[in-house]
Amino acid sequence: MTDLAATDPLPKPKRDIAPILLPVALALVTIPLIGSPSTWLTLTAASLAMGMMIFIMASGLTLVFGLMDVLNFGHGAFIAVGAYVATLVLAPFAASIQADSLWMNLAVLAPAALLSMAVSGALGLVVERVLILPVYGQHLKQILMTTGGLIVAEQTLYALWGPQIIPMPLPASLRGSFILGDVAIAKYRVLAMLIGLAVFVAIQLVLNRTKLGLLIRAGVENREMVEALGYRIRRLFLGVFMTGSALAGLGGVMWALYREQVHASMSDELTVLIFVVVIIGGLGSIGGCFIGAILVAMVANYGGFLVPKLALVSNILLMVAILMWRPRGLYAVTSR
Amino acid sequence: MMILSGDPPRSRILTLVLVVIILALAATPFLFPGAKALNVAAKICVFAALVASYDLLLGYTGSVSFAHTMFYGIGSYAIAISLYGMGPNWAAVATGIVIGLPLAALLALAIGLFSLRVAAIFFAMITLAVASAFQVLASQLSWLTGGEDGRSFQLPELLRPGTVLISKSLFGFEINGRILTFYLVFAVSALMILALLRVVNSPFGRVLQAIRENRFRAEALGFRTVFHLTYANCIAALVAASAGILNALWLRYAGPDTSLSFSIMLDILLMVVIGGMGTIYGAIIGATIFILAQNYLQSLMGLASTAASEAGLPLLPGLLHPDRWLLWLGLLFIASVYFFPTGVVGRLRNPAGDKSAGNSH
Repeated sequence: MTDLAATDPLPKPKRDIAPILLPVALALVTIPLIGSPSTWLTLTAASLAMGMMIFIMASGLTLVFGLMDVLNFGHGAFIAVGAYVATLVLAPFAASIQADSLWMNLAVLAPAALLSMAVSGALGLVVERVLILPVYGQHLKQILMTTGGLIVAEQTLYALWGPQIIPMPLPASLRGSFILGDVAIAKYRVLAMLIGLAVFVAIQLVLNRTKLGLLIRAGVENREMVEALGYRIRRLFLGVFMTGSALAGLGGVMWALYREQVHASMSDELTVLIFVVVIIGGLGSIGGCFIGAILVAMVANYGGFLVPKLALVSNILLMVAILMWRPRGLYAVTSR
Repeated sequence: MMILSGDPPRSRILTLVLVVIILALAATPFLFPGAKALNVAAKICVFAALVASYDLLLGYTGSVSFAHTMFYGIGSYAIAISLYGMGPNWAAVATGIVIGLPLAALLALAIGLFSLRVAAIFFAMITLAVASAFQVLASQLSWLTGGEDGRSFQLPELLRPGTVLISKSLFGFEINGRILTFYLVFAVSALMILALLRVVNSPFGRVLQAIRENRFRAEALGFRTVFHLTYANCIAALVAASAGILNALWLRYAGPDTSLSFSIMLDILLMVVIGGMGTIYGAIIGATIFILAQNYLQSLMGLASTAASEAGLPLLPGLLHPDRWLLWLGLLFIASVYFFPTGVVGRLRNPAGDKSAGNSH
């Protein structure tokens, strides 16, 4: 061991790049299996877009767990609420949505998305105060309470909007595909990728470059120590919870546009996907959540193309494989 | 006391309520004529056993599983597919049991062993994911399971409604195959509940409670908690699959809506919480209250909804519509977790100390 002077920089923590290589490897391995490079490119773009949307929805959940050890089974409710709220804005302005001008479309889409985020975030505040505050530190009751909250939210949506599926057409300028040679990439998927990437970069910047982020990361690793230093971690947590809910609302809008329909039980299929992503990413890890979301989307897209029957259980197989390799998820952040 | 494994209800009112429920169920074919009452009674029997087996997991080991309907569904489908494929004979019933029960136990073992490798906190999420995958499989493999339509089948001769065992002229009641099936359901459910009482009051059950209270300490005392938890999982899965078999036999049908859907899982959770976690008796009470409410209150809600819409009230007709039944259940669920964490049984056993008992977690 060499001697270190006080002025020497701290030794850098080892970078763990194996998980990052995993989606890359998966993408490369499937090239020969799929055969046609143009199909492969289309599928890869589809997986990246789907992965980004799942990441947006899942990121809040993983931080909420990491920070306060809270298991929220009602996260899907924010997704559905976000999507429904967006219809409030999109339906009256259907004409501007159908106009073939990108700026006019975005002028309606952006306020709709912002309103969805605001409502989901506000709902997050209510849920945290009413459902989660009384049961801190009791996992069993958290699961029961938030499951109950999910039922109530879903049924209220049914009561207010009715049980039918609401169509949510894509804006005219986002329909169709970019054609590069013989590769077709849907325009909306490019937008989804851009938004997802922006959210990921923003979260990483806040977590790694600000004092707030420092406190959140410290809280994920050791809550008691941050409290002992005099910070009110509950207030911090409320902020994270509301941000996570708002992001879930944004994800809900994006997913509804992707599927071009809104339905109160859309949260059911997504909840399972999100749980799988959060588990394989490692609870509390944003990086793991990002890679996990892309992996899940890749397995769903490639799997759906190569072996359609297998795609039904592909998520479970992926989860089993990852947890066999790393039992605490790709990146184990929390000590719990 | 032997038959209750030395764990009596421990409350006069509770004993009285239980006796009334059990007597009423036993006498349903004679007291309440009509197909609906018999259906409700059979459903209460099946769910009392199913919920009791879930209580073994939730109440005694403290682990939340969302895969319980999967085991219930395995039992239902096993008997339905074998009776559908082999025709209505007893060999088919035996085949269904011989295939269904070990399959459920093996799957429970696999889930148990797999969740050993990962943090305990993942258990609820993993079971949810596995159960949803199973549900998709069951609806997609339509050549085997009949897809969304499910499988209807005929029962063996002896259990059919047309088979008259004792004619009406003898006692004034007709005993037919349908009533025989009801008593089969009743007896097997009662046996399973008594067996579960035996399990939770055995030394094994005490270890489960120790794990629930403090897993680390139980392990430090030298118990292989992993073994105990997996074993409890397998027992619960076996009972759930048996309940599924009974349900399919009673309905002469197995399909995703009656045996696999997520809403049944929510119903089970609700019944455990309403009845009282960690009591087994709570399962009987919870199932009875819930299923009676489901079958008779829902029509009341319909009446209230029409009354509200005739009175011209806004929003209320939509909220009171019978299809919004789950909304009120969800509110009830949250309220009971919050205010009555020990459920009906806990309240009756310990009327004054409920508050402190609930907060001691």
